Amino acid sequence: MEYILKNGIVYDPQNEINGETMDIFIKDDQIAESVSDDAKVIDVSNKIVMPAGVDVHAHVAGPKLVLGRLYRPEDSRMGVSQKTKIERAEAGFSIPCCPTTGYRYSRMGYGTVCEAAMPPLEAKHTHEEIATIPNIDINPVTLFGNNWFCMEYAREGRIEEMAAYIAAMLRVSKGYGVKIVNPCGSEAWGWGQNVHGYDDKAPYFDVTSRQLVVALAKANEMLGLPHSIHIHPNDLGHPGNYPTTVETLKSIKEIKKSTKKAAKIRDQTVHNTHLQFHAYDGTSWKDASSGADKVADFINHNDYVTGDVGQVTFDETTTMTADAPMEYDLFQISGLKWANKDIECETAAGIIPCIYSPKTPVGTLQWAIGLELFLLVDNPWQICMSTDHPNAGPFIRYPRIISWLMSAPRRMEMIENGEVHKWSHKRTGLAGLDREYDFYEIATITRAAPAKIHGFPDRGALTPGYKADIAVYDVNPNDFDPSRNPEMVERIFTSAAYTIKDGQILVKDGDLVATKPSHVIWTDVKGWEREEAQVLNEMMPFFTQYYSVKWENYQVHDHFLSNPIKVEVPAK
Amino acid sequence: MSYEPPVTDYDYIVENCTCAFCGCNCDDLDFLVKDNHVVAVRHACRLGASKVMEDLDQRLMVPMVRNEEGVLTETDWDTALDTAAEYIANSIRPVFYGWSETSTECMKEGLELGEYIGAVLDNQATICHGPSLQAMQNAGYPIQTLGEVKNRADVVVYSGSNAMNSHPRHLARWAVYPRGYFRQRGRFDRTVVTMDPKFSDTAKCSDMWIGFEQNGDYGFYNAIRAVIKGKKLQSESVSGIPAEDIYELVDVMKNAEFGVLFFGLGLTHTLGKQRNIDIAIKMVQDLNAMSKWGLTPMRGHFNVNGFNIFMAFETGWAFGVDFCRGWGRYMLGETNTIDLLVRKEPDCFMVVAADPGAHFPNGANQHLADIPVIQVDIHWGPSTELADVVLPGSFISVECAGTSYRMDGVPIYMKKAIDKPETCRDDEWIIRELKERVMKLREETNVAEKYVPNPIMDLKRLEKEE
Ligand code: SF4
Ligand SMILES: [Zn+2]
Repeated sequence: MEYILKNGIVYDPQNEINGETMDIFIKDDQIAESVSDDAKVIDVSNKIVMPAGVDVHAHVAGPKLVLGRLYRPEDSRMGVSQKTKIERAEAGFSIPCCPTTGYRYSRMGYGTVCEAAMPPLEAKHTHEEIATIPNIDINPVTLFGNNWFCMEYAREGRIEEMAAYIAAMLRVSKGYGVKIVNPCGSEAWGWGQNVHGYDDKAPYFDVTSRQLVVALAKANEMLGLPHSIHIHPNDLGHPGNYPTTVETLKSIKEIKKSTKKAAKIRDQTVHNTHLQFHAYDGTSWKDASSGADKVADFINHNDYVTGDVGQVTFDETTTMTADAPMEYDLFQISGLKWANKDIECETAAGIIPCIYSPKTPVGTLQWAIGLELFLLVDNPWQICMSTDHPNAGPFIRYPRIISWLMSAPRRMEMIENGEVHKWSHKRTGLAGLDREYDFYEIATITRAAPAKIHGFPDRGALTPGYKADIAVYDVNPNDFDPSRNPEMVERIFTSAAYTIKDGQILVKDGDLVATKPSHVIWTDVKGWEREEAQVLNEMMPFFTQYYSVKWENYQVHDHFLSNPIKVEVPAK
Repeated sequence: MSYEPPVTDYDYIVENCTCAFCGCNCDDLDFLVKDNHVVAVRHACRLGASKVMEDLDQRLMVPMVRNEEGVLTETDWDTALDTAAEYIANSIRPVFYGWSETSTECMKEGLELGEYIGAVLDNQATICHGPSLQAMQNAGYPIQTLGEVKNRADVVVYSGSNAMNSHPRHLARWAVYPRGYFRQRGRFDRTVVTMDPKFSDTAKCSDMWIGFEQNGDYGFYNAIRAVIKGKKLQSESVSGIPAEDIYELVDVMKNAEFGVLFFGLGLTHTLGKQRNIDIAIKMVQDLNAMSKWGLTPMRGHFNVNGFNIFMAFETGWAFGVDFCRGWGRYMLGETNTIDLLVRKEPDCFMVVAADPGAHFPNGANQHLADIPVIQVDIHWGPSTELADVVLPGSFISVECAGTSYRMDGVPIYMKKAIDKPETCRDDEWIIRELKERVMKLREETNVAEKYVPNPIMDLKRLEKEE
């Protein structure tokens, strides 16, 4: 099938196209230089055309999610809607069921989402869910930050073995990259403890968080993976945690980025997720204040770092993270129902419902810090849109966040009319920031930068040869002032005029017109076969003794993969 | 038990097979195969081994349809499937029940059919661990994988569960005997407590047996919580257990490095029902302030947890999901099988890999006798006597591959080892066939003209200016 998207106003930051009126050509599932005369013309004049959205970090599939759905039927009820000829019935608000997740991303013009935490032991489960989510491609990143083998390798400084192990495990779990959550802390949670700061040790393993993270970053670059390490540092959510964050990022500074082809696309050697939760000053919630300026300042001076925000959206949501001790802390504060899941030799996870209210000091402080980070990091290629869905809010709120970023008056209105608690300006510098994002910058933080950070060679831009993943939004930026129309901005980005995925029109005028199965994207490292065999051989007695499944059953067989896209990382 | 010599007469061995019996989903079995029949099973317990080896005992081999005289008569697949499809297509309140002994791949087909026709989908949780699911929705759910128990646990409590009989290898593989990474002396490194009115076989291999009174669960757990919180008990005994014993027990629990509570139907189905589980969960949460504790329900069938997980990620709810209005509804006591049957609502019932005839209360079964019942299963059972159409499936993990979820949520891919009997079909195939046939017979029900977002989401739509 061929299409011409005619006369759109194009924002394509990877190709430095900033609001030019031009045509985009689609041939089958790709963007093309040109098309034949048979191409169907879609008139998009006076409308915005962007690459389809790429979510840099969200939790959409896997055991944590299902635990949330199992124990929060009230959340599922919140989002029900009746089935149509095209789509199945929807359910869920903060943790929608799988089909609903795909539909809602599609309506917003998204095409790709990174599932940000996959435990290898339950990777099959994550993949079963991915296969159930329609319309969006998903690259799950595998959890390594509390993995027993990795902790051993790090302590002994065996980086090559660690690299070989990672290569093997990406194949075993069909994962895309290296995710680290509260390094050493979730292992400490195995004993009901946590680590404090970057130089604390996991009990019994005699290895610090710093040693582990640095080793994983080195191994990541040794392999030349498309994505850098993707880290959620220690001390999440604790007042006074910004030094831990800065220390963590600093420790990666000397590590050279791989020169291999797959690693070429990205600039960073570390991606720090949901920075908002890691940018607090003060010593307790009594005197807590924003540390966003310090974190942003560090990022502004260090281009090897990227991050996403984890913006609080003022909703009732469900927090879920592999930072399990933090979730128990939350339970002791809120007393809401607490769920937890520890996974042998690998990780842990905690879950608790959370209501972020604009009337409360803490929720408002977090909201303001998130916005500060967006506004204080100068280079939009270094900061991405996220709510750490569902942790700080559901992904369906991205359009609202965009409206806040594009409108300083709207932010000031919220502060001045008391819509939000006074900590928003008493404890942060938000009120003094009048920067406003333009459409080009919005396109950067919601599609171009996330795609680059993940090292995708086929999406996030409208380059011929790339996937025809395109979003069209019904607004003419030349006679529309987003600063004065925040509500309109939210509406525009909530329902795309068109969402095109792999050259297929899925959404028209905000309504789904078709659904399609998703692809799962994983990384296949080549050239390490001998080393991989060696480490696997070495670990097998341990595995047999201390895991609860057989090795044969540990691996994710092709049976579980939904239309896999295998990213090959060539030999050393 | 007499000595049985090892089986030596076999053609080949299939390693790492999974046991499709209890919620332990043991994935370390070796099947010894001769002439396309499993003649011996290594590593399994007697429950698992006998299920695999006696697979042909009372096996349903041929499709059957009940004739006008009320007698089940053998027929061909086409006739049987068409008859079943007609029953489903002509119904207005179908219930698809069971699913706990088949694969998630099969469930997928069933759900598609259920959503299309507007059925209720439910599983055995409705009569077993339903109260546990209800309780976790009230109170939370701190769990851990079984390997975590093996490697760390130094205190293990079985409450209302006689694992020695119901999940025989649970103690041996994970909870009690094995050497774990931090428990190198195995059994000697663990304190095992059984709470059960009965001096069960599990109690016999425990260090402590707490034989509280029947239905005394809630009061007993309440006392434990009080003591954990530093309170003094007002009476000399609670639920028949002397106060000193409770203090001693709490001492053991508080001083655990890693404790786990395994609970079974003995806790979910005594007087307090889900309230028992509520308070057990709260007890575990309390203990986490001073120690590390988790819990796990001892799920019975090998995929009863799988259905709950599957339904949660597909639809948002774990069981008892009603699609009759074109969207999912879940309301305990309203959309669950027993309640529906007792209210005589269903007019068609499909049972897949389950035996309501053997397990349901009389009132529910009485209604089943009055309506068309379709059975998809591998063995004869009381449900066969209620069935109007019998569709013989195949044996997951032996004759057919598929995915299941262990009691702790770890997914297991169960592979195929031998061929199924020629006259049988895979469950997944049967349900897909039914789906396709029903879709030919009847339009999809309750389809909205246009998608209307739930207003609570506040997803304001772009209203076009005229
Ligand atoms: S313990 Fe359960 S799963 Fe394991 S062999 Fe026995 S019956 Fe089968
Ligand atoms: Zn996250």
